[in-house]
Amino acid sequence: MRRTTLRTLAALTACATAALFVTACTGQSSSGGDDGSAAGKDVTITFWHGWSQEHEVRAINDNIAAFEKLHPNIRVKSVGNIADDKVEQALRVGGRDAPDVISSFTTDQVGKFCSAKVWTDLAPFLQKDGIDPAKTFPATMLEYSRFQGNQCALPLLGDAYGLYYNKTAFAAAGITSPPKTFSEFEDAAAKLTIAEGDSYKQLGFMPNFHGYETSATHYLGQYGATYFDANGKSNIATDPKVAAMFTWQKNLIDKLGGFDKLERYRTTFGDEFSAKNPFHTGQVAMSYDGEWRTASLAENPVDFDWATAPFPVPDDQAHTYGRGYQTGTIIGIANTSQKQSAAWELVKYLAINTDAVVSFANAIHNVPSTNEALNSPELTADPNFRTFIDIAKNPHSSTTPSSINGGAYQLSLRNFGYQYEAGKVDLQAGLAATAREIDEAIEQAK
Amino acid sequence: MALSSTTAPAALKRKRRRGALRTLAFLSPWLIGFGFFFAYPLLSTVYFSFMRYDGFTAPTFTGLKNWNYVLDKYPFFWQGLGNTLWLVVVMVSLRVIFGLGIGLLVTKIKTGLGFFRTVFYLPFLAPPVAATIAFAFLLNPGTGPVNHLLGTVGLPQPGWFTDPDWSKPALTMLALWGIGDLMVIFTAALLDVSREQYEAAELDGAGPWQRFRYVTLPNITPIVLFAVVTGVIQTMQYYTQAIVAGKVASGKVGGSGEPFEPGYPHGSTWTLPQMVYNLGFQRFDIGSACVIAVILFAISMAFTSLLLRRRSGFLQED
Repeated sequence: MRRTTLRTLAALTACATAALFVTACTGQSSSGGDDGSAAGKDVTITFWHGWSQEHEVRAINDNIAAFEKLHPNIRVKSVGNIADDKVEQALRVGGRDAPDVISSFTTDQVGKFCSAKVWTDLAPFLQKDGIDPAKTFPATMLEYSRFQGNQCALPLLGDAYGLYYNKTAFAAAGITSPPKTFSEFEDAAAKLTIAEGDSYKQLGFMPNFHGYETSATHYLGQYGATYFDANGKSNIATDPKVAAMFTWQKNLIDKLGGFDKLERYRTTFGDEFSAKNPFHTGQVAMSYDGEWRTASLAENPVDFDWATAPFPVPDDQAHTYGRGYQTGTIIGIANTSQKQSAAWELVKYLAINTDAVVSFANAIHNVPSTNEALNSPELTADPNFRTFIDIAKNPHSSTTPSSINGGAYQLSLRNFGYQYEAGKVDLQAGLAATAREIDEAIEQAK
Repeated sequence: MALSSTTAPAALKRKRRRGALRTLAFLSPWLIGFGFFFAYPLLSTVYFSFMRYDGFTAPTFTGLKNWNYVLDKYPFFWQGLGNTLWLVVVMVSLRVIFGLGIGLLVTKIKTGLGFFRTVFYLPFLAPPVAATIAFAFLLNPGTGPVNHLLGTVGLPQPGWFTDPDWSKPALTMLALWGIGDLMVIFTAALLDVSREQYEAAELDGAGPWQRFRYVTLPNITPIVLFAVVTGVIQTMQYYTQAIVAGKVASGKVGGSGEPFEPGYPHGSTWTLPQMVYNLGFQRFDIGSACVIAVILFAISMAFTSLLLRRRSGFLQED
C-alpha cells in the first residue's frame, strides 16, 4: 500500500515537473474582447510610452486629458519613460500591471510583435469603425506599422530625415544653395572642409556610419533601395542601388580624408542629443538628421545661421529630390489586455484624431502621421520644420520594411557597412555573405 | 531485554530512515535552493536549446536546429567565443598577477597601510557602468587626457575602445583598475604567512625572489587557485563593461530607437553573455540563446574541473 502510494506520488511529481518544463515561461496570450466601455462601464486602462522630457510628457498628458473628457468612463493610467526592453518583458509576462496600450520608439520590432501576435491585430477595430488605413496614413508609415497583412500597430507621429546646413559656413565657402544631387553634395562637403593639423577645424560632412544618424539604412532611403524580393529573400546583393550606396559612401569618406582620420575626428563629437552635437558646435557644416533637431536648435540657439533641406539624391535619380528616410513611433494594444475596446478608443484618438495628432506634433516637433494632419493648417509654420513635412509627404520617401525577426537584417547590413567602410571586406562578396546571413537568420526565426 | 531476531532489522531500518529524514530536513534549505536556482534553470536551458521558442508563443521541438544555427550560421559565435577566451586567459592572468603584486606592495608599506589599502580598494566600489563611462572618457582617442598625455611625450596614441586591436586591452586595463577585491584577499593571505618561515629562509641565504618563490607562493597557492577559479567564472560572464564601452565609443548611447548590436568596434568586444542577451532578448530566439548558455556552462565547468583536478599539483603537502 505504502509502496503504491510512493509510486503514485513519484509519477505525479514527474508529470508535474515535466509539465512545468514544457510550459515554463510560456506567456499565454489571451485577448479581451468587449470590456463594456462602449456601454458606459467605467474602465481604467494602462498606457506605457517612452516620452520622458517635460514638454513631451506634458503634451501626451494633455492629449490624454482631452481623450478622458471625450470618454468620461475611460480613465487612462499613463506611465512614461518606458524603454522597449521593459515593454517586451511586460508583454512576455502579462499580468495585472501589464500595459493595455503600448507605444514604442522603434518600428523594428513590428514584424516580430505582429507575427508572434503579441500586439493585437487592429484590422477588425479599423473595419468596425469604417477607417481605411490606406486613406488615413501615408503609405510609408503604414508600411512600418504592419507585417504580412497584420496591422498590429498604427503610426503615432513620425520621423523624417533631411539635411541641416550651416548657412554662415556656406556663405564663407561661396555656396549659394543647398546641394540637390550627390555630386553637388560632395563638392560642397569638400569646400566646407577646413583642415587643422592632421584633423579638421571644420568638416563639411561626417559620412562614417557611426556619425550618428548616418546609418546604412538611412542612406539607402535616398536611393529607394529594396531589401527583400517577392519571396522574402534578401536582395541586398542583387539590388544595384545597395552597392551604389556603399560605393558612394566609401568614395565620400576617401574624398574627405579617409576612414581613420574621420573616425578619430568623430571621437571628438559630443552627445548626439545635446547641445554638444557636432552640428551645434560647428564641427560639421552639414548634418544628416531628423526633424527633432529643429526643436533642439531652437532650445539651444547657435551662433550661426542654419537651415534645412531634403538630403541630396543620386545624380541618376535627380527627379526624386525631396525624398527621405522615414520611421517613427508606433502604438498598439497588448494581446493580453482584457480592456481592448477601451484601449482601441485611446489608440484611435491618439493616432487618428487630427487635432490630437497635430497638437502633439507641434508640441514635440515630430512629423504628423496621418494624411489629414500632414495637410492641416494648424501645423507649425516654421519653414525649417516644414522641410520635413514635405519629405514625409513625398511619394518617393521610403522606410525599412518589417521582418519576422525584427531589425536583425538592418543590423547585419549595418555590421557589413562598418567592415566595408574600414576597408576590411570586398563589396560584392561582403554583400553576398550578408544576404546569406540575413536569410539564415530569418529562416531560424520561422 | 534483547530484541527478537525479526524485530531487530525493522528497528534498525526505522532508525536509519529517521536518520535519513533528519539529514534531509537539515539539507532541505540547500536542496530547495539548488533545485530551484540551479538544477531547474540548468535543465530548462538544456531543454529550450532544442526548442523553437520566442518567449511569446508555446515552444516547439526543433531538434538540433538551434545548435546548427549557433555553431554554423550565427555570424558572431566564433568571434565571441574567441573574445571571451582571450579575456579569460589575459584578463584573469593579469588580474591575479596585479592583485598579488599590489597585495605584496601594500604589505611592505611600513606606515599608512590602511590608507593605501583603501586607495587601492576604492575603485572596486565604483559601479561597473560608471567606471566604464569614466574610462571611455579618459581613453577617448580625440579628447581624452590619456592620449593627450601620450601625445605630449611623443608616444603613439591608440584608438582604445574604437580600435579593434586595442578594445580588449582597454577593457583589461579597466579590470586591473578595479583590482581592489583581489588585493584585499591577497593582502590577508600574505599577512598570514608565518614570519618564522621567512626568517628561516633568510638564515639559509634566500634572496627576495627565492623567499617569494619558496615561502610566499607555496603558502598562498590555495588563494591563487581561488582567485583563478572565481576569475574564470566571472570572466565567462563578462557583459556590462563590454557593452557599455561599445555603446559609448560608438556614439550610439540611445535616443532614436534604433537597435544596438553589441561588439563595437568590428565585433572585438562581443562576448558570449552578450550573445545570450542578443539572441534571447533582441532577436527573441531563446532557443539559440540557450545553446550559448549551455556552451558557456560547459566551458566554465571544464575550466573549473581542470583547475580543481590539478589542485594537488598546486597545493603544498601538509
